[in-house]
Amino acid sequence: MNKLVVKERIARVAMYLSIAAVILLVGSIIWTVFKRGARSLTWEMVSSLPGGGFYIGKSGGFLNAIVGSLYIVLSSTAIGLIISIPVVFFLNVYLKSKSRLAYVARLAFDVLFGIPSIVYGAFAFTLMIYFGLRTSLLGGILVETLLIIPILIRSMDEVAKNFPRDLLEASFSLGATRWETMGVVMRQIAPGIATATLLSVGRSIGDAAGVMFTAGFSDTIPTSLSQQTATLPLSIFFQLSAPQAEVQNRAYAAAVVLTIIVLVISLLGRFITNRFSKHKLR
Amino acid sequence: MSNLRIIKDRTASGAMRTVTIVALAFVLVMGWGLYRKSAPILSEIPLWDLLTDSTWQPFKNKFGFFPFVMGTIWVTLIAVVIALPLSLFTAVFLTEYARRWVKKCVYPALDILASLPSVIYGVWGTLVIVPWISDRLAPYFVSFSSGYTTLAAGIVLSIMILPLLVSLFVELFSSVGNDLRDSSYALGATRWQTAQSVVLRKSMPGVFASVVLAVSRALGETIAVLMVCGNMAAVPHSVFDACYPIPALIANNYGEMLSLPMYESALMFAALLLFVVVLVFNLASRLVLRKIERK
Repeated sequence: MNKLVVKERIARVAMYLSIAAVILLVGSIIWTVFKRGARSLTWEMVSSLPGGGFYIGKSGGFLNAIVGSLYIVLSSTAIGLIISIPVVFFLNVYLKSKSRLAYVARLAFDVLFGIPSIVYGAFAFTLMIYFGLRTSLLGGILVETLLIIPILIRSMDEVAKNFPRDLLEASFSLGATRWETMGVVMRQIAPGIATATLLSVGRSIGDAAGVMFTAGFSDTIPTSLSQQTATLPLSIFFQLSAPQAEVQNRAYAAAVVLTIIVLVISLLGRFITNRFSKHKLR
Repeated sequence: MSNLRIIKDRTASGAMRTVTIVALAFVLVMGWGLYRKSAPILSEIPLWDLLTDSTWQPFKNKFGFFPFVMGTIWVTLIAVVIALPLSLFTAVFLTEYARRWVKKCVYPALDILASLPSVIYGVWGTLVIVPWISDRLAPYFVSFSSGYTTLAAGIVLSIMILPLLVSLFVELFSSVGNDLRDSSYALGATRWQTAQSVVLRKSMPGVFASVVLAVSRALGETIAVLMVCGNMAAVPHSVFDACYPIPALIANNYGEMLSLPMYESALMFAALLLFVVVLVFNLASRLVLRKIERK
Protein backbone atom coordinates (compact mmCIF):
# COMPACT_ATOMS: atom_id res chain seq x y z
CA MET A 1 0.00 0.00 0.00
CA ASN A 2 2.75 2.34 0.99
CA LYS A 3 4.53 1.69 -2.28
CA LEU A 4 1.50 2.95 -4.20
CA VAL A 5 1.40 6.18 -2.24
CA VAL A 6 5.08 6.76 -2.88
CA LYS A 7 4.63 6.09 -6.59
CA GLU A 8 1.71 8.49 -6.71
CA ARG A 9 3.81 11.15 -5.01
CA ILE A 10 6.72 10.66 -7.41
CA ALA A 11 4.40 10.84 -10.40
CA ARG A 12 2.83 14.01 -9.06
CA VAL A 13 6.19 15.65 -8.53
CA ALA A 14 7.24 14.69 -12.05
CA MET A 15 4.06 16.25 -13.40
CA TYR A 16 4.41 19.45 -11.40
CA LEU A 17 7.98 19.71 -12.66
CA SER A 18 6.88 19.22 -16.28
CA ILE A 19 4.19 21.87 -16.00
CA ALA A 20 6.63 24.22 -14.30
CA ALA A 21 9.13 23.55 -17.09
CA VAL A 22 6.58 24.44 -19.75
CA ILE A 23 5.62 27.70 -18.07
CA LEU A 24 9.24 28.51 -17.32
CA LEU A 25 10.30 27.89 -20.91
CA VAL A 26 7.62 30.19 -22.29
CA GLY A 27 8.65 32.82 -19.75
CA SER A 28 12.32 32.39 -20.50
CA ILE A 29 11.90 32.67 -24.27
CA ILE A 30 9.75 35.78 -24.13
CA TRP A 31 11.77 37.41 -21.37
CA THR A 32 15.09 36.74 -23.13
CA VAL A 33 13.89 38.10 -26.44
CA PHE A 34 12.39 41.21 -24.86
CA LYS A 35 15.27 41.90 -22.51
CA ARG A 36 17.89 41.62 -25.21
CA GLY A 37 15.90 43.51 -27.81
CA ALA A 38 14.30 46.24 -25.72
CA ARG A 39 17.51 48.22 -25.24
CA SER A 40 18.01 48.65 -28.94
CA LEU A 41 14.40 48.95 -30.04
CA THR A 42 13.58 52.55 -30.93
CA TRP A 43 10.87 54.17 -32.98
CA GLU A 44 13.47 55.04 -35.58
CA MET A 45 14.17 51.35 -36.10
CA VAL A 46 10.64 50.36 -36.96
CA SER A 47 10.10 53.42 -39.12
CA SER A 48 13.22 53.69 -41.26
CA LEU A 49 15.09 51.70 -43.86
CA PRO A 50 18.53 50.27 -43.15
CA GLY A 51 21.26 52.77 -43.96
CA GLY A 52 24.12 51.89 -46.25
CA GLY A 53 25.01 48.59 -47.83
CA PHE A 54 23.51 45.15 -47.89
CA TYR A 55 21.99 45.01 -44.37
CA ILE A 56 25.39 45.68 -42.79
CA GLY A 57 25.07 49.46 -42.50
CA LYS A 58 25.19 50.64 -38.91
CA SER A 59 22.35 53.12 -38.99
CA GLY A 60 18.67 52.86 -39.77
CA GLY A 61 16.06 50.25 -39.04
CA PHE A 62 14.18 47.40 -40.58
CA LEU A 63 11.04 48.95 -42.04
CA ASN A 64 11.80 47.12 -45.29
CA ALA A 65 11.47 43.78 -43.50
CA ILE A 66 8.22 44.72 -41.77
CA VAL A 67 6.62 45.96 -44.97
CA GLY A 68 8.01 43.02 -46.97
CA SER A 69 6.58 40.54 -44.48
CA LEU A 70 3.23 42.32 -44.52
CA TYR A 71 3.08 42.27 -48.32
CA ILE A 72 3.84 38.57 -48.46
CA VAL A 73 1.62 37.54 -45.57
CA LEU A 74 -1.41 39.59 -46.58
CA SER A 75 -1.41 38.62 -50.23
CA SER A 76 -0.68 34.95 -49.61
CA THR A 77 -3.44 34.79 -47.00
CA ALA A 78 -5.90 36.43 -49.39
CA ILE A 79 -5.02 34.05 -52.24
CA GLY A 80 -4.95 31.12 -49.83
CA LEU A 81 -8.47 31.91 -48.59
CA ILE A 82 -9.82 32.23 -52.13
CA ILE A 83 -8.50 28.76 -52.93
CA SER A 84 -9.21 26.99 -49.68
CA ILE A 85 -12.75 28.15 -48.85
CA PRO A 86 -14.20 26.46 -51.96
CA VAL A 87 -12.22 23.31 -51.16
CA VAL A 88 -13.60 23.18 -47.63
CA PHE A 89 -17.07 23.87 -48.92
CA PHE A 90 -16.73 21.16 -51.54
CA LEU A 91 -15.47 18.60 -49.02
CA ASN A 92 -18.29 19.27 -46.57
CA VAL A 93 -21.36 20.20 -48.60
CA TYR A 94 -20.93 18.73 -52.04
CA LEU A 95 -19.34 15.45 -51.06
CA LYS A 96 -21.08 12.89 -48.90
CA SER A 97 -19.43 12.34 -45.56
CA LYS A 98 -18.29 8.84 -46.50
CA SER A 99 -16.87 9.92 -49.84
CA ARG A 100 -13.54 8.37 -50.80
CA LEU A 101 -12.37 11.58 -52.42
CA ALA A 102 -12.99 13.49 -49.23
CA TYR A 103 -11.02 10.90 -47.24
CA VAL A 104 -8.06 10.99 -49.59
CA ALA A 105 -8.17 14.79 -49.80
CA ARG A 106 -8.14 15.23 -46.03
CA LEU A 107 -5.24 12.81 -45.74
CA ALA A 108 -3.34 14.60 -48.49
CA PHE A 109 -3.80 18.00 -46.84
CA ASP A 110 -2.69 16.55 -43.52
CA VAL A 111 0.44 15.27 -45.20
CA LEU A 112 1.06 18.57 -47.00
CA PHE A 113 0.66 20.32 -43.65
CA GLY A 114 3.55 18.22 -42.38
CA ILE A 115 5.95 18.88 -45.25
CA PRO A 116 8.70 21.18 -43.95
CA SER A 117 8.83 24.70 -45.32
CA ILE A 118 12.42 24.22 -46.49
CA VAL A 119 11.15 21.55 -48.88
CA TYR A 120 8.43 23.91 -50.08
CA GLY A 121 11.14 26.51 -50.58
CA ALA A 122 13.40 24.19 -52.53
CA PHE A 123 10.53 22.96 -54.65
CA ALA A 124 9.17 26.45 -55.34
CA PHE A 125 12.67 27.53 -56.25
CA THR A 126 13.00 24.85 -58.94
CA LEU A 127 9.50 25.69 -60.14
CA MET A 128 10.45 29.36 -60.42
CA ILE A 129 13.57 28.53 -62.40
CA TYR A 130 11.46 26.36 -64.66
CA PHE A 131 9.10 29.25 -65.36
CA GLY A 132 11.93 31.74 -65.64
CA LEU A 133 11.05 33.68 -62.49
CA ARG A 134 13.74 35.23 -60.34
CA THR A 135 13.75 35.46 -56.56
CA SER A 136 11.14 38.12 -55.97
CA LEU A 137 8.18 39.28 -53.95
CA LEU A 138 6.00 37.22 -56.28
CA GLY A 139 8.03 34.09 -55.52
CA GLY A 140 7.68 34.70 -51.80
CA ILE A 141 3.93 35.14 -52.09
CA LEU A 142 3.64 31.95 -54.14
CA VAL A 143 5.58 29.77 -51.72
CA GLU A 144 3.75 31.13 -48.67
CA THR A 145 0.41 30.55 -50.39
CA LEU A 146 1.35 26.94 -51.05
CA LEU A 147 2.52 26.61 -47.47
CA ILE A 148 -0.64 27.94 -45.81
CA ILE A 149 -3.30 26.34 -48.02
CA PRO A 150 -3.14 22.99 -46.17
CA ILE A 151 -3.26 24.82 -42.81
CA LEU A 152 -6.26 26.88 -43.89
CA ILE A 153 -8.10 23.90 -45.32
CA ARG A 154 -7.50 21.55 -42.43
CA SER A 155 -8.35 24.00 -39.69
CA MET A 156 -11.49 25.30 -41.43
CA ASP A 157 -12.45 21.74 -42.20
CA GLU A 158 -12.28 20.79 -38.53
CA VAL A 159 -14.94 23.44 -37.85
CA ALA A 160 -17.00 22.68 -40.94
CA LYS A 161 -17.07 18.97 -40.08
CA ASN A 162 -19.15 19.74 -37.01
CA PHE A 163 -21.56 21.76 -39.08
CA PRO A 164 -25.10 20.59 -38.20
CA ARG A 165 -26.47 18.44 -41.00
CA ASP A 166 -30.07 19.56 -40.29
CA LEU A 167 -29.27 23.12 -41.28
CA LEU A 168 -28.14 21.91 -44.67
CA GLU A 169 -31.26 19.84 -45.06
CA ALA A 170 -33.46 22.75 -43.99
CA SER A 171 -31.85 24.90 -46.66
CA PHE A 172 -32.19 22.18 -49.31
CA SER A 173 -35.82 21.57 -48.42
CA LEU A 174 -36.58 25.21 -49.08
CA GLY A 175 -35.41 24.60 -52.62
CA ALA A 176 -31.97 26.16 -52.34
CA THR A 177 -29.21 24.63 -54.41
CA ARG A 178 -25.98 23.55 -52.80
CA TRP A 179 -24.32 26.69 -54.12
CA GLU A 180 -26.97 28.90 -52.53
CA THR A 181 -26.55 27.06 -49.25
CA MET A 182 -23.01 28.40 -49.10
CA GLY A 183 -24.32 31.54 -47.39
CA VAL A 184 -25.71 29.51 -44.50
CA VAL A 185 -22.53 27.51 -44.14
CA MET A 186 -20.31 30.58 -44.34
CA ARG A 187 -22.14 32.27 -41.51
CA GLN A 188 -21.85 29.18 -39.36
CA ILE A 189 -18.16 28.61 -39.89
CA ALA A 190 -17.17 32.29 -39.84
CA PRO A 191 -15.30 32.06 -36.51
CA GLY A 192 -13.52 29.00 -37.88
CA ILE A 193 -12.44 30.96 -40.94
CA ALA A 194 -11.18 33.76 -38.70
CA THR A 195 -9.10 31.46 -36.49
CA ALA A 196 -7.77 29.57 -39.50
CA THR A 197 -6.74 32.87 -41.05
CA LEU A 198 -4.94 33.96 -37.90
CA LEU A 199 -3.23 30.60 -37.64
CA SER A 200 -1.92 30.82 -41.16
CA VAL A 201 -0.88 34.45 -40.75
CA GLY A 202 1.10 33.43 -37.68
CA ARG A 203 2.71 30.58 -39.54
CA SER A 204 3.61 32.52 -42.65
CA ILE A 205 4.92 35.62 -40.89
CA GLY A 206 7.38 33.50 -38.94
CA ASP A 207 8.48 31.31 -41.79
CA ALA A 208 12.04 31.87 -42.88
CA ALA A 209 13.03 28.67 -44.67
CA GLY A 210 10.42 29.05 -47.38
CA VAL A 211 11.12 32.66 -48.35
CA MET A 212 14.88 32.22 -48.15
CA PHE A 213 15.03 30.71 -51.63
CA THR A 214 12.15 32.55 -53.16
CA ALA A 215 11.86 36.12 -51.91
CA GLY A 216 15.53 36.89 -51.48
CA PHE A 217 16.59 39.93 -49.50
CA SER A 218 16.85 43.64 -50.12
CA ASP A 219 17.44 46.91 -48.36
CA THR A 220 14.47 48.70 -49.81
CA ILE A 221 10.73 48.30 -49.88
CA PRO A 222 9.78 46.52 -53.11
CA THR A 223 7.78 48.60 -55.56
CA SER A 224 6.86 45.78 -57.92
CA LEU A 225 6.21 42.06 -57.75
CA SER A 226 9.44 41.23 -59.54
CA GLN A 227 11.73 42.86 -56.99
CA GLN A 228 13.38 41.03 -54.15
CA THR A 229 12.08 41.74 -50.69
CA ALA A 230 13.22 41.45 -47.10
CA THR A 231 11.15 39.60 -44.51
CA LEU A 232 11.24 39.86 -40.72
CA PRO A 233 12.51 36.35 -39.89
CA LEU A 234 15.20 36.51 -42.55
CA SER A 235 16.27 39.98 -41.50
CA ILE A 236 16.71 38.67 -37.96
CA PHE A 237 18.64 35.67 -39.19
CA PHE A 238 20.97 37.57 -41.56
CA GLN A 239 21.64 40.49 -39.26
CA LEU A 240 22.46 38.20 -36.35
CA SER A 241 25.27 36.65 -38.34
CA ALA A 242 26.79 40.07 -39.07
CA PRO A 243 29.93 40.93 -37.07
CA GLN A 244 28.92 44.53 -36.14
CA ALA A 245 27.19 44.95 -32.79
CA GLU A 246 24.86 47.65 -34.18
CA VAL A 247 23.55 45.30 -36.84
CA GLN A 248 23.09 42.51 -34.33
CA ASN A 249 21.16 44.85 -32.07
CA ARG A 250 18.86 45.57 -34.96
CA ALA A 251 18.24 41.85 -35.29
CA TYR A 252 17.33 41.59 -31.61
CA ALA A 253 15.00 44.55 -31.94
CA ALA A 254 13.37 42.93 -34.97
CA ALA A 255 12.94 39.77 -32.91
CA VAL A 256 10.94 41.75 -30.36
CA VAL A 257 8.70 43.14 -33.08
CA LEU A 258 8.13 39.70 -34.59
CA THR A 259 7.40 38.19 -31.17
CA ILE A 260 4.87 40.92 -30.37
CA ILE A 261 3.10 40.39 -33.69
CA VAL A 262 2.93 36.63 -33.16
CA LEU A 263 1.76 36.96 -29.55
CA VAL A 264 -1.02 39.34 -30.55
CA ILE A 265 -2.14 36.98 -33.30
CA SER A 266 -2.11 34.03 -30.92
CA LEU A 267 -4.11 35.85 -28.25
CA LEU A 268 -6.56 37.18 -30.83
CA GLY A 269 -7.11 33.62 -32.09
CA ARG A 270 -7.97 32.39 -28.60
CA PHE A 271 -10.27 35.37 -28.05
CA ILE A 272 -12.16 34.74 -31.27
CA THR A 273 -12.68 31.04 -30.61
CA ASN A 274 -13.98 31.82 -27.14
CA ARG A 275 -16.12 34.79 -28.03
CA PHE A 276 -17.50 34.85 -31.51
CA SER A 277 -19.19 31.52 -31.61
CA LYS A 278 -22.64 32.97 -31.14
CA HIS A 279 -23.98 32.05 -34.58
CA LYS A 280 -23.13 28.51 -33.80
CA LEU A 281 -25.99 26.08 -33.28
CA ARG A 282 -25.28 23.30 -30.93
CA MET B 1 -34.70 30.89 -64.14
CA SER B 2 -34.43 27.66 -62.25
CA ASN B 3 -32.27 26.32 -65.05
CA LEU B 4 -29.79 29.10 -64.47
CA ARG B 5 -29.63 28.21 -60.79
CA ILE B 6 -28.93 24.60 -61.57
CA ILE B 7 -26.25 25.59 -64.08
CA LYS B 8 -24.70 27.84 -61.45
CA ASP B 9 -24.70 24.99 -58.96
CA ARG B 10 -23.16 22.56 -61.46
CA THR B 11 -20.49 25.04 -62.53
CA ALA B 12 -19.56 25.72 -58.92
CA SER B 13 -19.41 22.00 -58.24
CA GLY B 14 -17.12 21.42 -61.21
CA ALA B 15 -14.87 24.32 -60.31
CA MET B 16 -14.57 23.24 -56.70
CA ARG B 17 -13.86 19.64 -57.67
CA THR B 18 -11.11 20.88 -59.97
CA VAL B 19 -9.54 23.03 -57.24
CA THR B 20 -9.64 20.12 -54.81
CA ILE B 21 -8.07 17.70 -57.25
CA VAL B 22 -5.38 20.19 -58.29
CA ALA B 23 -4.52 20.71 -54.62
CA LEU B 24 -4.34 16.93 -54.22
CA ALA B 25 -2.15 16.50 -57.26
CA PHE B 26 0.24 18.98 -55.70
CA VAL B 27 1.74 16.29 -53.46
CA LEU B 28 2.59 14.21 -56.51
CA VAL B 29 3.88 17.16 -58.51
CA MET B 30 6.15 18.13 -55.64
CA GLY B 31 7.62 14.64 -55.32
CA TRP B 32 8.02 14.34 -59.06
CA GLY B 33 9.66 17.78 -59.40
CA LEU B 34 12.17 17.07 -56.67
CA TYR B 35 12.89 13.65 -58.17
CA ARG B 36 13.49 15.13 -61.64
CA LYS B 37 15.92 17.62 -60.15
CA SER B 38 17.83 15.00 -58.21
CA ALA B 39 17.91 12.50 -61.06
CA PRO B 40 21.37 13.63 -62.34
CA ILE B 41 23.11 12.83 -59.07
CA LEU B 42 21.19 9.61 -58.59
CA SER B 43 22.29 8.39 -62.01
CA GLU B 44 25.91 9.19 -61.24
CA ILE B 45 26.24 7.95 -57.67
CA PRO B 46 24.21 5.01 -56.36
CA LEU B 47 21.69 5.84 -53.65
CA TRP B 48 23.42 3.67 -51.05
CA ASP B 49 26.78 5.39 -51.61
CA LEU B 50 25.16 8.80 -51.35
CA LEU B 51 23.72 7.92 -47.97
CA THR B 52 26.73 6.12 -46.46
CA ASP B 53 29.70 8.02 -47.85
CA SER B 54 31.00 10.74 -45.57
CA THR B 55 33.17 12.89 -47.85
CA TRP B 56 31.40 16.13 -48.67
CA GLN B 57 33.42 18.06 -51.24
CA PRO B 58 30.95 19.46 -53.73
CA PHE B 59 33.64 21.15 -55.79
CA LYS B 60 35.42 17.83 -56.29
CA ASN B 61 32.16 16.15 -57.14
CA LYS B 62 32.09 14.16 -53.92
CA PHE B 63 28.70 14.08 -52.29
CA GLY B 64 28.47 11.92 -49.20
CA PHE B 65 25.39 12.62 -47.14
CA PHE B 66 26.34 10.44 -44.18
CA PRO B 67 27.36 13.31 -41.84
CA PHE B 68 24.14 15.16 -42.58
CA VAL B 69 21.98 12.09 -42.17
CA MET B 70 23.67 11.32 -38.85
CA GLY B 71 23.35 14.94 -37.76
CA THR B 72 19.64 14.86 -38.46
CA ILE B 73 19.17 11.56 -36.64
CA TRP B 74 21.13 12.70 -33.57
CA VAL B 75 19.33 16.01 -33.25
CA THR B 76 15.92 14.43 -33.71
CA LEU B 77 16.68 11.67 -31.24
CA ILE B 78 17.80 14.11 -28.56
CA ALA B 79 14.70 16.22 -29.15
CA VAL B 80 12.36 13.25 -28.75
CA VAL B 81 14.18 11.90 -25.68
CA ILE B 82 13.75 15.26 -23.95
CA ALA B 83 10.28 16.15 -25.20
CA LEU B 84 8.59 12.77 -24.75
CA PRO B 85 8.61 12.44 -20.95
CA LEU B 86 7.96 16.14 -20.52
CA SER B 87 4.94 16.09 -22.81
CA LEU B 88 3.58 12.81 -21.43
CA PHE B 89 3.63 14.09 -17.86
CA THR B 90 2.17 17.41 -18.93
CA ALA B 91 -0.63 15.78 -20.88
CA VAL B 92 -1.47 13.27 -18.14
CA PHE B 93 -1.54 16.10 -15.65
CA LEU B 94 -3.79 18.23 -17.84
CA THR B 95 -6.30 15.47 -18.51
CA GLU B 96 -6.26 13.48 -15.26
CA TYR B 97 -5.24 15.83 -12.48
CA ALA B 98 -5.42 19.53 -13.26
CA ARG B 99 -8.05 21.88 -11.95
CA ARG B 100 -9.73 24.29 -14.28
CA TRP B 101 -7.61 27.30 -13.49
CA VAL B 102 -4.39 25.37 -14.03
CA LYS B 103 -5.58 24.38 -17.48
CA LYS B 104 -6.46 28.00 -18.15
CA CYS B 105 -2.85 28.95 -17.48
CA VAL B 106 -1.15 26.08 -19.26
CA TYR B 107 -3.09 25.99 -22.52
CA PRO B 108 -2.29 29.60 -23.51
CA ALA B 109 1.35 28.94 -22.63
CA LEU B 110 1.38 25.94 -24.97
CA ASP B 111 -0.40 28.07 -27.57
CA ILE B 112 2.39 30.60 -27.39
CA LEU B 113 5.06 27.90 -27.68
CA ALA B 114 3.31 26.55 -30.75
CA SER B 115 3.00 29.93 -32.41
CA LEU B 116 6.49 31.33 -31.84
CA PRO B 117 8.45 31.41 -35.09
CA SER B 118 11.43 29.19 -35.63
CA VAL B 119 13.81 32.14 -35.80
CA ILE B 120 12.77 33.31 -32.33
CA TYR B 121 13.65 29.88 -30.95
CA GLY B 122 16.96 30.30 -32.73
CA VAL B 123 17.56 33.67 -31.06
CA TRP B 124 16.65 32.23 -27.67
CA GLY B 125 18.87 29.22 -28.30
CA THR B 126 21.90 31.35 -29.10
CA LEU B 127 21.28 33.64 -26.12
CA VAL B 128 20.42 31.05 -23.47
CA ILE B 129 21.13 27.44 -24.41
CA VAL B 130 24.42 27.91 -26.26
CA PRO B 131 26.19 29.85 -23.47
CA TRP B 132 24.69 27.53 -20.85
CA ILE B 133 26.18 24.51 -22.60
CA SER B 134 29.57 26.06 -23.24
CA ASP B 135 29.98 27.62 -19.76
CA ARG B 136 28.09 25.35 -17.41
CA LEU B 137 27.37 21.93 -18.82
CA ALA B 138 30.19 21.09 -21.21
CA PRO B 139 33.12 21.72 -18.80
CA TYR B 140 31.98 18.71 -16.76
CA PHE B 141 32.36 16.42 -19.75
CA VAL B 142 34.74 17.84 -22.34
CA SER B 143 37.66 20.27 -22.25
CA PHE B 144 36.14 22.75 -24.68
CA SER B 145 32.85 23.28 -26.42
CA SER B 146 31.69 26.36 -28.27
CA GLY B 147 28.13 25.63 -27.21
CA TYR B 148 27.00 25.40 -30.81
CA THR B 149 26.41 21.70 -30.54
CA THR B 150 24.18 18.78 -31.36
CA LEU B 151 22.85 19.01 -27.82
CA ALA B 152 21.88 22.68 -28.21
CA ALA B 153 20.01 21.88 -31.43
CA GLY B 154 18.31 18.93 -29.74
CA ILE B 155 17.18 21.00 -26.77
CA VAL B 156 15.80 23.82 -28.91
CA LEU B 157 14.06 21.33 -31.16
CA SER B 158 12.56 19.46 -28.21
CA ILE B 159 10.83 22.64 -27.06
CA MET B 160 9.54 23.26 -30.56
CA ILE B 161 7.85 19.85 -30.82
CA LEU B 162 6.58 19.95 -27.22
CA PRO B 163 3.30 21.77 -27.89
CA LEU B 164 2.46 19.47 -30.80
CA LEU B 165 3.06 16.39 -28.67
CA VAL B 166 1.07 17.72 -25.72
CA SER B 167 -1.92 18.66 -27.86
CA LEU B 168 -1.95 15.27 -29.58
CA PHE B 169 -1.62 13.45 -26.24
CA VAL B 170 -4.35 15.52 -24.59
CA GLU B 171 -6.69 14.67 -27.42
CA LEU B 172 -5.83 10.98 -27.14
CA PHE B 173 -6.18 10.82 -23.37
CA SER B 174 -9.48 12.65 -23.31
CA SER B 175 -10.88 10.20 -25.86
CA VAL B 176 -10.39 7.36 -23.37
CA GLY B 177 -13.82 6.55 -21.99
CA ASN B 178 -14.67 7.65 -18.46
CA ASP B 179 -16.24 4.26 -17.76
CA LEU B 180 -12.78 2.74 -17.99
CA ARG B 181 -11.43 5.23 -15.50
CA ASP B 182 -14.38 4.69 -13.18
CA SER B 183 -13.93 0.94 -13.23
CA SER B 184 -10.28 1.36 -12.44
CA TYR B 185 -11.03 3.65 -9.48
CA ALA B 186 -13.77 1.27 -8.35
CA LEU B 187 -11.17 -1.46 -8.09
CA GLY B 188 -9.23 0.76 -5.73
CA ALA B 189 -6.55 1.91 -8.12
CA THR B 190 -4.76 5.17 -7.38
CA ARG B 191 -4.88 8.02 -9.83
CA TRP B 192 -1.41 7.34 -11.13
CA GLN B 193 -2.16 3.63 -11.46
CA THR B 194 -5.22 4.50 -13.50
CA ALA B 195 -3.29 6.95 -15.63
CA GLN B 196 -0.50 4.47 -16.16
CA SER B 197 -2.26 1.21 -16.75
CA VAL B 198 -5.59 2.36 -18.14
CA VAL B 199 -5.27 5.73 -19.89
CA LEU B 200 -1.71 5.34 -21.13
CA ARG B 201 -2.07 1.71 -22.08
CA LYS B 202 -5.30 2.36 -23.93
CA SER B 203 -3.74 5.15 -25.96
CA MET B 204 -0.38 3.48 -26.61
CA PRO B 205 -0.79 3.12 -30.40
CA GLY B 206 -1.82 6.76 -30.56
CA VAL B 207 1.14 7.85 -28.45
CA PHE B 208 3.43 5.99 -30.81
CA ALA B 209 1.83 7.59 -33.87
CA SER B 210 2.06 11.04 -32.27
CA VAL B 211 5.76 10.57 -31.65
CA VAL B 212 6.26 9.60 -35.30
CA LEU B 213 4.36 12.73 -36.32
CA ALA B 214 6.48 14.89 -34.03
CA VAL B 215 9.63 13.29 -35.43
CA SER B 216 8.56 14.20 -38.93
CA ARG B 217 8.02 17.77 -37.78
CA ALA B 218 11.44 17.82 -36.13
CA LEU B 219 13.18 16.46 -39.22
CA GLY B 220 12.29 19.51 -41.27
CA GLU B 221 13.01 22.25 -38.74
CA THR B 222 15.48 24.56 -40.37
CA ILE B 223 16.32 27.99 -39.08
CA ALA B 224 16.30 27.38 -35.33
CA VAL B 225 18.50 24.30 -35.67
CA LEU B 226 20.76 25.98 -38.18
CA MET B 227 21.39 28.82 -35.74
CA VAL B 228 22.59 26.63 -32.88
CA CYS B 229 23.93 23.38 -34.36
CA GLY B 230 27.40 24.58 -35.37
CA ASN B 231 27.19 23.55 -39.03
CA MET B 232 30.20 21.24 -39.33
CA ALA B 233 30.03 18.61 -42.03
CA ALA B 234 31.29 15.77 -39.84
CA VAL B 235 29.56 12.94 -38.06
CA PRO B 236 29.06 14.02 -34.43
CA HIS B 237 30.74 11.66 -31.94
CA SER B 238 29.24 13.14 -28.83
CA VAL B 239 26.42 15.52 -28.02
CA PHE B 240 29.04 18.23 -27.52
CA ASP B 241 30.18 18.06 -31.15
CA ALA B 242 28.79 20.34 -33.79
CA CYS B 243 26.55 18.77 -36.38
CA TYR B 244 24.96 19.65 -39.69
CA PRO B 245 21.40 18.39 -40.27
CA ILE B 246 19.95 18.12 -43.79
CA PRO B 247 17.62 21.18 -43.69
CA ALA B 248 20.52 23.34 -42.55
CA LEU B 249 22.58 22.02 -45.44
CA ILE B 250 19.94 23.05 -47.94
CA ALA B 251 19.40 26.46 -46.38
CA ASN B 252 23.08 27.31 -46.09
CA ASN B 253 24.04 26.54 -49.65
CA TYR B 254 21.14 27.79 -51.68
CA GLY B 255 22.96 30.62 -53.43
CA GLU B 256 26.17 28.77 -54.00
CA MET B 257 24.63 25.73 -55.56
CA LEU B 258 23.64 27.33 -58.84
CA SER B 259 27.22 27.43 -60.07
CA LEU B 260 27.50 23.64 -60.23
CA PRO B 261 24.70 21.56 -61.73
CA MET B 262 25.71 18.49 -59.75
CA TYR B 263 25.76 20.53 -56.53
CA GLU B 264 22.25 21.77 -57.18
CA SER B 265 21.14 18.23 -57.91
CA ALA B 266 22.72 17.06 -54.64
CA LEU B 267 20.83 19.67 -52.63
CA MET B 268 17.60 18.79 -54.40
CA PHE B 269 18.31 15.18 -53.52
CA ALA B 270 18.58 16.29 -49.90
CA ALA B 271 15.19 17.96 -50.21
CA LEU B 272 13.76 14.85 -51.86
CA LEU B 273 15.12 12.69 -49.04
CA LEU B 274 13.46 14.94 -46.48
CA PHE B 275 10.24 14.96 -48.49
CA VAL B 276 10.05 11.17 -48.78
CA VAL B 277 10.87 10.47 -45.13
CA VAL B 278 8.44 13.11 -43.85
CA LEU B 279 5.76 11.90 -46.27
CA VAL B 280 6.03 8.29 -45.14
CA PHE B 281 6.15 9.17 -41.43
CA ASN B 282 3.24 11.55 -41.77
CA LEU B 283 1.11 9.17 -43.76
CA ALA B 284 1.68 6.30 -41.34
CA SER B 285 0.99 8.31 -38.21
CA ARG B 286 -2.05 10.09 -39.64
CA LEU B 287 -3.58 6.77 -40.69
CA VAL B 288 -3.13 5.33 -37.21
CA LEU B 289 -4.43 8.49 -35.50
CA ARG B 290 -7.44 8.56 -37.78
CA LYS B 291 -8.32 4.98 -37.02
CA ILE B 292 -8.23 5.78 -33.29
CA GLU B 293 -10.32 8.90 -33.79
CA ARG B 294 -12.99 6.91 -35.58
CA LYS B 295 -13.37 4.45 -32.73
